[in-house]
Amino acid sequence: MPDTTTSAPNLQDAVIVGGNRIPFARAGSRYLGASNQDMFTAALDGLVARYGLQGEQLGEVVAGAVLKHSRDFNLVRESVLGSALSPTTPAFDLQQACATGLEAFITVANKIRLGQIDSAIAGGVDTVSDAPIAISDRLRSALLQASYAKTLGQRAKALATVRPKDLAPANPRTDEPRTGLSMGEHQAITTAKWEISREDQDLIAYNSHHNLARAYNNGFFDDLVTPFRGLSRDQNLREDTSLEKLASLSPAFGKSLSTPATMTAGNSTALTDGASTVLVANREWAKKRNLTPLARFVDAQTAAVDYVHGREGLLMAPVHAVPRLLERNGLTLQDFDFYEIHEAFAATVLTTLAAWEDDEYCRTELNLPQALGAIDRERLNVTGSSLAAGHPFAATGARILAGVAKLLHERAASTGKPARALVSVCAAGGLGAVAIVESA
Amino acid sequence: MPQDRYTSFVKSGFGKKLAKKLGLPQPVQLRRHTPGAPPVTGPVLVLSAGAGNAAGTGGTGSAASDADAVAGLLLNGLGSDETIDVRRSPHTAEGTRWGAVIVVTTQAEHPRDLSDAMLALGGTLRALASSGRVVFVSRDAADASSPAQAAVRQGVVSAMRSVAKELRNGATANALVLRDDATVTGTPALAALRFLLSAKSAFVDGQPVTISSDTGHVPQDWEKPLAGKVAVVTGAAQGIGASIAATLARDGARVVAVDVPAAGESLSKVANKISGTALQLDITSPDAGKRIIDHAVERHGGIDIVIHNAGITRDKLLANMDNARWDSVIDVNISAQLAMNEQFLASDRFRDAPRIVSLASTSGIAGNRGQTNYGASKGGVIGMVAASARALAEHGGTINAVAPGFIETAMTTKIPLATREVARRLNALQQGGQPVDVAETIAFLASPATGGINGEVVRVCGQNMVGA
Repeated sequence: MPDTTTSAPNLQDAVIVGGNRIPFARAGSRYLGASNQDMFTAALDGLVARYGLQGEQLGEVVAGAVLKHSRDFNLVRESVLGSALSPTTPAFDLQQACATGLEAFITVANKIRLGQIDSAIAGGVDTVSDAPIAISDRLRSALLQASYAKTLGQRAKALATVRPKDLAPANPRTDEPRTGLSMGEHQAITTAKWEISREDQDLIAYNSHHNLARAYNNGFFDDLVTPFRGLSRDQNLREDTSLEKLASLSPAFGKSLSTPATMTAGNSTALTDGASTVLVANREWAKKRNLTPLARFVDAQTAAVDYVHGREGLLMAPVHAVPRLLERNGLTLQDFDFYEIHEAFAATVLTTLAAWEDDEYCRTELNLPQALGAIDRERLNVTGSSLAAGHPFAATGARILAGVAKLLHERAASTGKPARALVSVCAAGGLGAVAIVESA
Repeated sequence: MPQDRYTSFVKSGFGKKLAKKLGLPQPVQLRRHTPGAPPVTGPVLVLSAGAGNAAGTGGTGSAASDADAVAGLLLNGLGSDETIDVRRSPHTAEGTRWGAVIVVTTQAEHPRDLSDAMLALGGTLRALASSGRVVFVSRDAADASSPAQAAVRQGVVSAMRSVAKELRNGATANALVLRDDATVTGTPALAALRFLLSAKSAFVDGQPVTISSDTGHVPQDWEKPLAGKVAVVTGAAQGIGASIAATLARDGARVVAVDVPAAGESLSKVANKISGTALQLDITSPDAGKRIIDHAVERHGGIDIVIHNAGITRDKLLANMDNARWDSVIDVNISAQLAMNEQFLASDRFRDAPRIVSLASTSGIAGNRGQTNYGASKGGVIGMVAASARALAEHGGTINAVAPGFIETAMTTKIPLATREVARRLNALQQGGQPVDVAETIAFLASPATGGINGEVVRVCGQNMVGA
């Protein structure tokens, strides 16, 4: 028996050293026929090629997909085995709806901070073009009963319960199981409650497209994106979109509400396919491989809200997570150089910001002494976000993290001072994950 | 790899007979390098031509000494522990197939001095092995001290070209041309002999390779001459560029594979196959050279070799040419190289015997209908290389161009069938070259052994009838 107990290890820095993703494609288009595994493997191989990680045994690869076939129970491990990484690299799947990618990053960053691993890839992938289509519950139940039947008679009896309508396939759904409402309809309720205007939403969308296009044209994505299946830029990007064009679109959500419907296909994210990765390590690992740390993981927070009983909007969980994160780190909402707020809908960003600016809401709902206040909009999603790039659910987190890490590094290099970013991702189920990263 | 069906056909029993009857070209499968293969496949005959000397007798005095020295190099395995069967007499047992014949003419003073050696060479040609080699070793006519000496030196190169055209079965003839104070026993001559004798020079035919100094050092391992070097290859995502990247990696270099962002998918596959790094960048951006240096230095600790392979064609008759076609070809094929070279040469990280090899083109040299823009750019490469040699030499470095002829790539498969068939047969080897043939020549010029080859153009064209 030992005489002493073991002591806890000192925390190490977890730093982002780079990332890679494939361009995001519109659903049912360029990546039709590509599986989650194909796409995530391609994203991994692009990362390996960029950073010369061929044959490397990494600490762990953690990622996930929201829409997933049952056969993909080991999606990430299978992707690693098909990649240029060492086959002795462990991996696991993780899932937290649209926050999957960010949660995967938080998970590996924490492991690295604790010294459990020295390096990792976090990421995510999703395809709606290769989504699983299931059989109906009644048919499934009959087939299962028949498979357990001991006699021919029992088997016949089980199968006899099947009715023609049971043979229709069950399409994948992203509606909230507890409310039956789509995410757009949920957001429409929140949008109306906060009286967010159509013009403000269209401006968010306009900025997203133009910021993303500018970043592409400046070569910002040269070392963040590797083409896939002939696509070299995000297919959803509309470089030439205008406020007039956006204003001409018909509303898509909230049409049954008593207030005017303001959410259109232009200011809501399109269904997209894609995969993304972010490379995280401790400083020693990065140094040994001559890789430059871009940004350091500071802290993260998740939250959940009661949207089922209508107390809070479905996508408002980050509103609650951020003040807890700020308080723990002694920061104010204004202490950031960059804000990356995932654009599930333009209105999601706007309701989030409106809530933080509202004194009464902050006092009653967030238990704060006063409003967190406004942010400098010039610092918001400066290289575009999901409205322009698209939002393959689980792939959004690593897209944001790799991009913002590069932004922080560039900013710190040009000013000679540290730079800081706030990352916020809302998710189905009333979930939200937020994180702080600083230039490394 | 694109198929040359004709070559396969004339190798078959019926195809062979038919081609012979009709007098059609009968290309053979060229011998190509496999790691560990010896430089030559059979005995090597060393002949000498010099004042008052009978060829093949070993001779006496200074005239024979260069030939003796070459024979000595061969006996020493050309700088390795390989065993080479070296002969000085063309008389040999019936059925012997010569792996190579080397004709040393460095000490010839007058055109008359060539006759014995040339006739002795002629006697061996029917007994030359398939993919055998004839290598002349001569001196540059420009250095000659008398008209007669200049005449014999110039004559050797032209005779070599005619020999090359007479050879069959994939055999080639080339010449080492020594200039200034370069010697036959210098490291560059040694390396050039190894290259020209080996299967690595499969598609180099009828070419003089000029050596202007003995600068260079013998690599520790001829299988890994680029060990410890960092090499950048532009346009590496496919075709010749991918082959260059793979060949430099095989020779021990750590490779930075560069291509435009849009080619990133295949670029990452190339990089992963050779454990290099992929760098997506547009070489026409003003800071391309700096970004390449930063990447190479940061990730690999230095930058030693740059291969300017990226190139485009935008063919149009000049009468129909537009600004976009003209300018894009000039920008990518030559302006970008000029700008990047300035940045490389200004960097204190590009100082340790640096190497630059740039892709020219035989059609660029000879001119080609519809390719005024391309010709201007590729001719530009040759001018740039010649004018940059001095700057590179200051750091013990070199800059050279490689001019491919018809190479079997995805690009040449787009040429209409009839034109392609003609283009591919219009050379002494009666076939197109492979991307690896270009890559091997580039690896040869990038090696630490070839410091004495600087400002030159080496064609990899199977002795193409155009552009001589």
